[in-house]
Amino acid sequence: MRRSVLKRLLHYTRPYAGFLLGSFLCAVVQISLSLYGPVLVGQAIDCALGQGSVDHAAMIPTLALLAGTIAVSAAFQWLMAYCNNKVTYSTARDLRVMTYRKLNRMPLKYIDGHAHGDLISRIVNDVDQVADGLLQGITQLFTGVVTIVGTLLFMLYISPVIALVVVLVTPLSLFVASFIAKMSHRMFVEQQAAQGELSGFVEEMVSGQKIVKTFHYENRAEEQFRAINARLYRCGEKAQFYSSLSNPSTRFVNGIVSTAVVVIGSLCAITGVPAPLTVGNISSFLQYANQYTKPFNEITAVITQIQTAFASAQRLFQVLDEQEEQPDAPDAQVLRDCRGDVSVQGLYFSYQPDTRLIEDWNLEAKSGQRIAIVGPTGCGKTTVINLLMRFYDADRGRIAVDGADIRGVTRSSLRSQYGMVLQDTWLFNGTVRENIAYGRPGATEEQVLAAAKAAHAHSFIMRLPDGYDTMIAEDGGNLSQGQRQLLCIARVMLVDPPMLILDEATSSIDTRTEIRIQRAFAKMMEGRTSFIVAHRLSTIKGADRILVMDQGHIIEQGRHEELLAKGGFYANLYNSQFAAEEQAETGA
Amino acid sequence: MFRLARFLSAYKKQVVLGPIFKLTEAVLELIVPVVTASILDNGVRRGDLDYVWRMGGVLLLLGAVGLCCALVCQKCAAIASQGVGTALRNEMFHKIHSFSHAEVDRFGTPSLITRMTNDVNQLQYAVAMLIRLVVRAPFLAVGAVVAVFLIDWQVGLIFLFSTPLIGLVLYWVMSRSVPFFRVMQKKLDRISLVSREGLSGVRVIRAFSKQEEEQARFDEAAEDQTATAIQVGKLSALLNPLTYLIVNSAIIAIVWFGGFRVETGALTQGEVVACVNYMTQTLLALIVVANLVVTFTKAAASAGRVNEVLETVPSVQEAEGAAKKTIPPVPGAPRIEFRGVSFSYDGSEKYALKDLNAVIRSGETVGIIGGTGSGKSTLVGLIPRFYDATRGEVLVDGVPVQDYSFEQLRGKIGMVPQEAVLFSGTIESNLRWRKPDATREELEKALETAQAKDVVAKKANGLQSGVNQGGKNFSGGQRQRLTIARALVGGPEILILDDSASALDFATDAALRRALRTEMRDRTVLMVSQRASTIRHADQIIVLDDGEVAGIGTHEELLENCEVYREICLSQLSREEVRK
Repeated sequence: MRRSVLKRLLHYTRPYAGFLLGSFLCAVVQISLSLYGPVLVGQAIDCALGQGSVDHAAMIPTLALLAGTIAVSAAFQWLMAYCNNKVTYSTARDLRVMTYRKLNRMPLKYIDGHAHGDLISRIVNDVDQVADGLLQGITQLFTGVVTIVGTLLFMLYISPVIALVVVLVTPLSLFVASFIAKMSHRMFVEQQAAQGELSGFVEEMVSGQKIVKTFHYENRAEEQFRAINARLYRCGEKAQFYSSLSNPSTRFVNGIVSTAVVVIGSLCAITGVPAPLTVGNISSFLQYANQYTKPFNEITAVITQIQTAFASAQRLFQVLDEQEEQPDAPDAQVLRDCRGDVSVQGLYFSYQPDTRLIEDWNLEAKSGQRIAIVGPTGCGKTTVINLLMRFYDADRGRIAVDGADIRGVTRSSLRSQYGMVLQDTWLFNGTVRENIAYGRPGATEEQVLAAAKAAHAHSFIMRLPDGYDTMIAEDGGNLSQGQRQLLCIARVMLVDPPMLILDEATSSIDTRTEIRIQRAFAKMMEGRTSFIVAHRLSTIKGADRILVMDQGHIIEQGRHEELLAKGGFYANLYNSQFAAEEQAETGA
Repeated sequence: MFRLARFLSAYKKQVVLGPIFKLTEAVLELIVPVVTASILDNGVRRGDLDYVWRMGGVLLLLGAVGLCCALVCQKCAAIASQGVGTALRNEMFHKIHSFSHAEVDRFGTPSLITRMTNDVNQLQYAVAMLIRLVVRAPFLAVGAVVAVFLIDWQVGLIFLFSTPLIGLVLYWVMSRSVPFFRVMQKKLDRISLVSREGLSGVRVIRAFSKQEEEQARFDEAAEDQTATAIQVGKLSALLNPLTYLIVNSAIIAIVWFGGFRVETGALTQGEVVACVNYMTQTLLALIVVANLVVTFTKAAASAGRVNEVLETVPSVQEAEGAAKKTIPPVPGAPRIEFRGVSFSYDGSEKYALKDLNAVIRSGETVGIIGGTGSGKSTLVGLIPRFYDATRGEVLVDGVPVQDYSFEQLRGKIGMVPQEAVLFSGTIESNLRWRKPDATREELEKALETAQAKDVVAKKANGLQSGVNQGGKNFSGGQRQRLTIARALVGGPEILILDDSASALDFATDAALRRALRTEMRDRTVLMVSQRASTIRHADQIIVLDDGEVAGIGTHEELLENCEVYREICLSQLSREEVRK
């Protein structure tokens, strides 16, 4: 499992294999050279034995060599970091682009079925995690291993006995560190839970502040908050204390190592057993022992980092391994300038195999007709849109446009025959002009203006600070809901498609804009086959056909009068509204 | 940052003791190279085995005592920093609750939450560092220089030159790369933005077959971020090689010049080793100092953001001494009265509500209608004092609202807000918000009036059924009915429904209105709506248009003489419905 994740990541770094190799080579060169340094320092020190016995002439070549070593080592250090960065960030970019491309090719079912925040977090945070943890963690691990091996070799070269002592004592810091990590981990988990609870509580109370105020709940809320906060203090204090132990403890172990080196080194120097040592030797040894223990102190942190990175990589691979939308058939036709005859024959569809939704649906919509889709909120009106636009494929049966089965035409040409204006409008972070011209990038200024005018959007656009060049904020926040819908209408007007899918607004739009949208809708529907998610009685009454939906099922179909006469769900819906109104009136 | 120092005063003991113990450890640490040098000089040179053992014991002792000192310091740091964080959070939570909507809106909920969590954590961390490292690290760096001067002032000169140089390099690289990290965050945000747009607009993008263009937009954002990252990388990659270069050059200098001093007998060989060790120590200490500078820069920014919250004076405050007394109603006064009320959010001339005069008697149902942003919610928000009127006066039971205690004023009111928000807990705990000691019957009654009985009945655990944060495990319509029930518990004198029936279907909406009419017979109901059908039967309708009162009257009167009202009705109801 782990190995396969690693292998796959290495595969993604392939375009930068040169840099990766370079980074490893630089690491080896740089570390060996920087390890050679202390030997030279030791040798130089041994040229200054004491008063009157200093050999500066002998010192010169040693120090010159040292200077050269330092310079080259520093250069390679920089080069190594550069190669690392190049590999890390380029791979991160590739992973991001790849993941996003994958999402673009995924069926809508996947995108609808996953929280967008989670998908975005994979693209942004998980990729970062992988870059930081895996790539840098691995290089750190690599340099750590090289350092350990290198220092070990040098220490063995100077004195095998002391080297043995260092090798035996050092793992002590590893034990201490992992023991502390285990202890503090438990506290951290508790702390995180308390912190999460606290944030959740604050979020709830601050965002519901209006309600907190009206119900005079402040004191009760504060009491609860203090309780959570006190709990956070208790585990936070412990977590912080335990985790802060690791630094002094490892320092203490390192101190033991140095002491052992000095004492044993001195004993060897004095007795000459097992081999004579110089003061310079001991000095270099001290520095090696220091370098040798460092990777051990850092190893716990590096391993946790790599572990999180593995988890992140797996989350990314989950996305990358998903089944893509089936591509258009090679012989798929391109639908052009269709009349707009839509026919649905014996269609079955459901989102999950075990809950059947649409069963044996039949519909004939002739060019220019209006089909109203009616039902209570959440009744599944978007399902119809999903099927018509082929965002989802039917389980059985077929939909044909101008007689051609939509599975036999390319998706893009099918979709280009529809103009779609949904209630939750979508605009992107660009200028008003760019947003209108979205479906037809080559449109001239006159065409854009004409479309905006036809959509009754021109007058409000001219009142915006920069007119058509006004930037639309991230969430379209600088426009009202109604204005955004007008822009979407203009966008469709510019493309001039033969068929329409419209979503009438419910209540959140102010009256004036509402009237404009109605007019724009009416104008747009002239001569076009239209499917309208309808809330307005006049629209419903004027429709050529009404689809009545409830809980995902199409339960009735027909004209207004037919459905009323039938006395079913629709009649009920229609009557209840008026009956209720009348009752309310008599009750007054 | 210093204005927050008062929070530290509760932890004087820790703040003083911690650094003292840390300092002791640092002193011991500085002694280590000296002892090592003496082992080499006295022990090895003279061949004194005994001395070596003795001094080796001293080294171990130094380490052990150092460890103990460090532990005491860490404990002090943990207690003080977490304590300060806890106190800060408590105080901020208290403060935020005194805010009126104006302040909450100004900060924004997400910002208040980050201030209470991330910023406080940042400060907490800074306090810990203050105790743990602020004394230690500079002391080690300076101490090393002093120690070397004590050994030999001429070698000390090398330190005097190289130590500041390392500091300078650290400062230069860090100060240059830190701003880049902010830029990087922005570019990452751009990547999130483009992906979010791509996901939320997936239907439109595919309808227009724009996948390739979206991909190109994404690629550009990703490339842009990568370019910056590599650029910063190049800069911060300089840090290690440069400091390495300086430290090792200094070591060469120490050995070379040290050699001359040894020649004259001013220095011993062991002392040269000690100087080399001090040099390595200096580098480590300086790196810590540089990190500290970064930590405190961040903490200062956080402190500013925390202070901003703590120092905000709430615009709506309880009158002095109001909390203690209960004001009786003025006999014969109307339930609610608006006298020439105007309100603007920022105190400017742009009024959200302008010159409102209205009298509402008990037992009346009042409808308030108008487009989005016409001032409807502002109007009802003035009654429980979410905001205070900029000009004019709002009276409840003949008394200006400012004279009441919050508890008494808001106790009169049951409010159903626009967004149907429930709080995590159970259905019952939510229903008890207005009246914690409400009886079972009172709860049932409220549920019945709010048409919410079946919501509870459908749940396996009835009133004890769990509610997730925000009430996400209920549908919009269910939530709305429960929030209405919540406002009804304990029988409020004034019920305010702020566009709170929008998620109900027509039949439920009508049934609710019918039930309210009987239930609230002698009470006052204010009903904000965008639907003409909801409010047309009210005793009085206030029509708002862009903050101004376009008309007050009954449905029939307004149809006669209010252009705005007629327009609204005609756009929503068919011609025959309007006349009905």
